[in-house]
Amino acid sequence: MSITVHSVNGPVVKLRGGRALTMMETVRVGAERLIGEVVGVTEREAVVQVYEDTAGLKPGDPAEGLGEPLSIELGPGLLHNIFDGIARPLRALENATGPFMGRGVNLPALDPERKWDVTFHAAAGDTLTAGACWASCPETEIITHRCAAPEGGSVEWTAPPGAYTVHEPLLRLRDARGNVRELTLAGRWPIREARPSARRLAISMPLITGQRVIDTLFPIAKGGCAALPGPFGAGKTITQHQLAKWSDADVIVYLGCGERGNEMTQVLEEFGQLPDPKSGKPLLDRTVLIANTSNMPVAAREASVYTGMTIAEYYRDMGYHVAVMADSTSRWAEALREISGRLEEMPAEEGFPAYLSSRLAEFYERAGYKVTLGGQEGSVTVIGAVSPQGGDFSEPVTQNSKRFIRAFWALDRQLAYARHFPAINWITSYSEYLEDLAPWYEERLGRDFARLRARVTRLLQEESKLMEIVKLIGADILPEEQKLVIECARVVRLGFLQQNAYHETDTFVPIEKQKGMMEVMMHLYDEARRLVDRGIPLSRLKETGIFDRLIRIKYDVPNDQLLQLDDIRIGVDAAVGSVLEANR
Amino acid sequence: MRMEYLGLSEIRGPLVVLDGVENAGYEEMCELTLADGERRLGRVILLEGTRAVVQLFSGTRGLSLENVRTRFSGAPMEIPLSREMLGRVFSGAGRPVDGLGELYPEERRNINGSAINPVSRLYPRSCILTGISAIDGMSTLICGQKLPIFSGAGLRHNEVAAQIVRQAKTAGDDESEFAVVFAAMGVKNDTADFFRRNFEESGAIQRVVMFMNMASDPIIERVLTPRCALTAAEYLAFTCGFHVLVIMTDMSSYCEALREFSSSKGEIPSRKGYPSYLYSDLASLYERAGMLRGMGGSVTQVPILTMPNDDITHPIPDLTGFITEGQIVLDRELDQAGVYPPIAVLPSLSRLMKDGIGKGYTREDHPILANQLFSSYARVQEVRNLAGVIGEDELGETDKKYMEFGRLLEEHVIRQSPGENRTIDQTLALGWQALGVLPREELDRVEETLLRKYYHEDGAAALRGDL
Repeated sequence: MSITVHSVNGPVVKLRGGRALTMMETVRVGAERLIGEVVGVTEREAVVQVYEDTAGLKPGDPAEGLGEPLSIELGPGLLHNIFDGIARPLRALENATGPFMGRGVNLPALDPERKWDVTFHAAAGDTLTAGACWASCPETEIITHRCAAPEGGSVEWTAPPGAYTVHEPLLRLRDARGNVRELTLAGRWPIREARPSARRLAISMPLITGQRVIDTLFPIAKGGCAALPGPFGAGKTITQHQLAKWSDADVIVYLGCGERGNEMTQVLEEFGQLPDPKSGKPLLDRTVLIANTSNMPVAAREASVYTGMTIAEYYRDMGYHVAVMADSTSRWAEALREISGRLEEMPAEEGFPAYLSSRLAEFYERAGYKVTLGGQEGSVTVIGAVSPQGGDFSEPVTQNSKRFIRAFWALDRQLAYARHFPAINWITSYSEYLEDLAPWYEERLGRDFARLRARVTRLLQEESKLMEIVKLIGADILPEEQKLVIECARVVRLGFLQQNAYHETDTFVPIEKQKGMMEVMMHLYDEARRLVDRGIPLSRLKETGIFDRLIRIKYDVPNDQLLQLDDIRIGVDAAVGSVLEANR
Repeated sequence: MRMEYLGLSEIRGPLVVLDGVENAGYEEMCELTLADGERRLGRVILLEGTRAVVQLFSGTRGLSLENVRTRFSGAPMEIPLSREMLGRVFSGAGRPVDGLGELYPEERRNINGSAINPVSRLYPRSCILTGISAIDGMSTLICGQKLPIFSGAGLRHNEVAAQIVRQAKTAGDDESEFAVVFAAMGVKNDTADFFRRNFEESGAIQRVVMFMNMASDPIIERVLTPRCALTAAEYLAFTCGFHVLVIMTDMSSYCEALREFSSSKGEIPSRKGYPSYLYSDLASLYERAGMLRGMGGSVTQVPILTMPNDDITHPIPDLTGFITEGQIVLDRELDQAGVYPPIAVLPSLSRLMKDGIGKGYTREDHPILANQLFSSYARVQEVRNLAGVIGEDELGETDKKYMEFGRLLEEHVIRQSPGENRTIDQTLALGWQALGVLPREELDRVEETLLRKYYHEDGAAALRGDL
């Protein structure tokens, strides 16, 4: 019996005669063969969510099940490329349909023409285990693509070394049951299913981002999850861009989920030119972009996070450290809500479906630090932006995300208004990874790093309390001791927490300089306290300009000349000395 | 020959239901003819087997289950497009209402448009100077940007929008001409008249296309108005090469129309009764701003929305802010203090500004100056709060200077007359003059070299001089 369209309501289409369709199977609907996915099957009809605009679809139009769940093609050529939410290559789509997106275009993710220089790591007669690397090719100048065997078996034949397209057979594998299959550079994977790994390892290494407030105060671990919630205009996107540019992951998956088109264009332009901090090659060479902008079909937006996650896992399985920037998970949750509404499901909190929490959990739990089937170590780190309605963190997406992430970077509207960037509020943010990462920090930076961090945090907390009083009575009548706290905290806020993404030196700061800066600032705090203890007003020390000099460390001291920090430390001593001298 | 269907099965608010329909497509247009020959347009919004739910653009008054004949057009809603649209006035559904006859179309396009491929976009970098200091100096409008004005009932957003239209020009030596597409959604006749008069007086009317849906017009037409306007804008920009400025007012009426429409369909409501797809729906409008690689022209949007109860966290401004590239926020306090334009500079923001100003675009000191003004003015707010508690006389010396700075900024930089068209140099000079009142060491955002060049302690005196 043929399958036909029965009803159309936005992206939700019901099919008749679809009893044999399986849940989550991919279907092609209508004369234009729009891509959709089965989300429900009843005796009478199958419910499909369609990933493209359904205008013009008619009852009676034909539909066809493809017999596999929504899957994407994985192989060399993903990096340096940009895809929509269901992994259709946008550059090729532009060639096919022009600057406005066409419908029903079926393009493979990978360029079928391009040839790759393949090196074989297995020969006829070898035995491969599942996950073993049998071939590799340079995908970009930075990343070597490693092909893993999907299952174990003995190699019957390999092609001679040379240049091949992604679909040419390269190796014949006979498995234990005697079945023979041919392997190519490309493979397929259903996006909603996590790719397997051997086992999960404990969190032990930070993802260094070069952003002081993150690396020092609220670090994120490789294989960890962080949420970045903030109202509009608080700088979520810029923070995500900074992390994508500077973090020390091998591969970045940048997931623009329901966000602005111009932003994706900016990433594309900028990452094509900016050099990767490690290799000096363009950042795009280590980046996969997924752009399902807010005006692209909502069902594809829902799928885009899984597409991104699958690609991330794919590179993790090659032994790379991958970071996924999801901007924004709220848009994804809203897509869930929108589709749920069309399916006439019972809404839970704020109209979101009741399964919001379990879907978020599924997504975040695909992150982790793993041993791959091939025995290598790789990780997927997820940083999810959240756009809470009205900037109110008590809404369901923020609250549910909080249960599955362990680093919480709360962006603050007031800080953004004052153009304090990154506007990460140091009082409400937290990171549960501090303890897991303590051994790493200790080994790399010494014991005193944790002590310095604790002092800075305490200073900021004290200031925050004092500011409540200052708001009521002004700073001028505070006792000198409290003025000291406020002035030193100001140095930390302006000189350390504020970081200028557009300044050449300040945009990325190595962790060693972060520590050095804290040391000098705390040294000033200690020395200034000596003056205050002797009854010398703090204003005397301020007149020397040493406070402003410390605030400018971030611009004045180049990242590779940390010895200059000693000069500033000497400058602190000299300033304090001169004040002491004058007040003797 | 297309089939005609006699009668209806059901009439429900603006919706009618037909049974036994064959071969109608989703979102297809249809025409209903009443017994007296009156014709009404409708669109298919739900299909279930042979049952079609049609939404009528001009209401269902006078319809019965029997006196109607329906004919399906076989195509989604399209409007005729031509360069001749400039200077014309259309209804919210795109029909000419200025008595000048039908348009001779060069092309017809689906009003829903399609999403621009992010790869095909050109990242906007050239700024549009509006001659308004608060915008040019601190929240610069960029060609291809979508920058809404968040206003409240009774604030002077219409004057601000009209001034932008009168004065807008590109900063560089770009030769492309400006065109304006004006979409009125549920506005009062006075407001429409205000804009029409304004365009006529300034001579801009010859390059304005107007789409008018008045407050008394049917709400379904209101849902189409911005789509018609943006289709016209895209045509003028990417086919004819104009820099098109799209003014859409009032987005709040649009959203309310959408809510009314959604509830008549019996959809499950989300926040404050708005449909759950409000974000996607707004995005499908706002995202039609931009520039394309290899094609001249641009679509820049300045939607105006009145925040219900001045609440910026209300779903309409909230979702808008998440989609648009910044916002210009009008402030009631400034308005009451008689400051025009009453632009609250702190919550205002232009996300694209950073790439379109500074050296090579406006002036080298522009980004730093804007940054410093923001940060100092933020401090002013803190000091004012404090002054409210302890009194201005009790403030410290520096804090008093901040109070003064705040006054100078509002009175001399933000305030200007609706007819005043300031150059960017004038705007920047005023900004530096206001900063002159603050001690040099308070300017923590400015590099030494720029300070030496632009900072003058006597600048403030110059400002005060013309009090």
